[in-house]
Amino acid sequence: MKVLVPVKRVVDANVKVRVKADNTNVDTTNLKMALNPFCEIAVEEAVRLKEAGIATEVVVVSVGPKAVQEQLRTAMALGADRAIHIETDEELVPLSIAKLLKAVQEKEQAQLVIFGKQSIDGDNNQTGQMLAALTDMPQATFASEVKIDGDMITVTREIDGGLQTLKMPLPAIVTVDLRLNEPRYASLPNIMKAKRKPLEIMAVADLGVSLRAHQTVLSVTPPVERKAGIMVSSVEELVDKLKNEAKVI
Amino acid sequence: MTILVLAEHDNVSLKTDTAKVVSAAAAIGGDIHVLVVGADCSAAVSAAQSLAGVSKVLVADAAQYGAQLAENVSKLVVEIAADYEHILAAATSIGKDTLPRVAALLDVAQISEVIEVVSSDTFVRPIYAGNALATVQSLDAKKVMTVRSSAFDVVASTGSAEVVNLSQTIDSKTEFVSQSLTESARPELGNAGIIVSGGRGMGSGENFAILEQLADKLGAAVGASRAAVDAGFVPNDLQVGQTGKIVAPNLYIAVGISGAIQHLAGMKDSKVIVAINKDPEAPIFQVADYGLVADLFEAVPALNNLV
Repeated sequence: MKVLVPVKRVVDANVKVRVKADNTNVDTTNLKMALNPFCEIAVEEAVRLKEAGIATEVVVVSVGPKAVQEQLRTAMALGADRAIHIETDEELVPLSIAKLLKAVQEKEQAQLVIFGKQSIDGDNNQTGQMLAALTDMPQATFASEVKIDGDMITVTREIDGGLQTLKMPLPAIVTVDLRLNEPRYASLPNIMKAKRKPLEIMAVADLGVSLRAHQTVLSVTPPVERKAGIMVSSVEELVDKLKNEAKVI
Repeated sequence: MTILVLAEHDNVSLKTDTAKVVSAAAAIGGDIHVLVVGADCSAAVSAAQSLAGVSKVLVADAAQYGAQLAENVSKLVVEIAADYEHILAAATSIGKDTLPRVAALLDVAQISEVIEVVSSDTFVRPIYAGNALATVQSLDAKKVMTVRSSAFDVVASTGSAEVVNLSQTIDSKTEFVSQSLTESARPELGNAGIIVSGGRGMGSGENFAILEQLADKLGAAVGASRAAVDAGFVPNDLQVGQTGKIVAPNLYIAVGISGAIQHLAGMKDSKVIVAINKDPEAPIFQVADYGLVADLFEAVPALNNLV
């Protein structure tokens, strides 16, 4: 069984981004970049399926500028077998990414496509569901447990208020939540080995997909900063402030 | 211009998120229809009929829709989409699951987690865990968007919309197996006026009992940081943050929470924030209106006695 894992290069989760002075975008110059944390969990799950003898091949794919190859190498150091880079310098909306992934999936015919539920930059939470719609595959989003039995997959999902379990036939799409697994660290030998694993580069045009603009970002602004608060010295003072100043209790 | 709002409900009751999304729809302007998809969901339908500003409630009540699975619900929405210029849902686990499928089937982009309506085609949404706000103009003929309900007020319940039954029943390859929801007498995180939240500093699940006592005294909901959920202290549905619940109560009391940017993303729009932490350097104090550097195991019981 082949598993396809689409991944994204994002600003590292520990970096607090700033908005550019001209309010056109956030300033990502010289920031530390990383594999999106949810994508890392998806790669880990795919690799565990391979280690368990369920998956036979793990293919990672990313859409973006040349630099995304760094994250594809990271994914291969974590255990993915090969990578596909769809090269573009354009910033694409999730629908366009999903269309490109559909073309890849048609070629690869993976039984399972496993995604991060969202990227921590755009916070869109769309691409997995959109690929599922375009390929008419069943989907299980926000997975915290994945079990494969023959040609069926059972997924426990984190939903508002608790957990839900769904069962569906493969091929299927899964998007992962935080608690599915704890990704491993890439070992130095595996990082070295990843450099020799196959990485195929394609242009958007090679996939025969026509994309169009769907939206214009008019501005990107910083959120309103909260006014600095005060430190209180005791619980009594805190209760007094909440009752008499803020009047919230 | 007609707007379709996908109702957020659990078949038994309509969630207040729906009344907040209708409020966002009213800000866009136009005729508003609400679609209730479920099984034996008549109570939710009646509640939707009373939402002010709603002229029609479309109802698809069939066994196939009981679990509100994205696969067939999205196809149903697409079948009726021709009548609508805007399709909205709350950015809840159901809305986030379903709406991107609707958008993709309609070949339009989705705008996620809208917090402000600028005009009928321009919306504001947070990106980078709320560290930046993007104002986005849609170029698509249909605008499909999820709405962050904490950013909108509820509409009144003074309406009396007519009901239109939809007869389409669409099957799904996905099968619902089971669901386990946390039973709690406390208010839901999304609707609570006060939230008492605990972090890694709580040390264990048992220690959350002191927060629960305080919450019960204040009529508050209990929340948690990702660290507390990951450590297994409390279930995932209590998580407040970038990828958990986004809340904006009148009072948010953060106890033993350091204040990672991902957590702040979920609560920094609260009206009043209180932070109790023994580490004076904890970033949570930078967003707190009232900060107290103290051992939470002494401060929380003392607070409980005084409120």
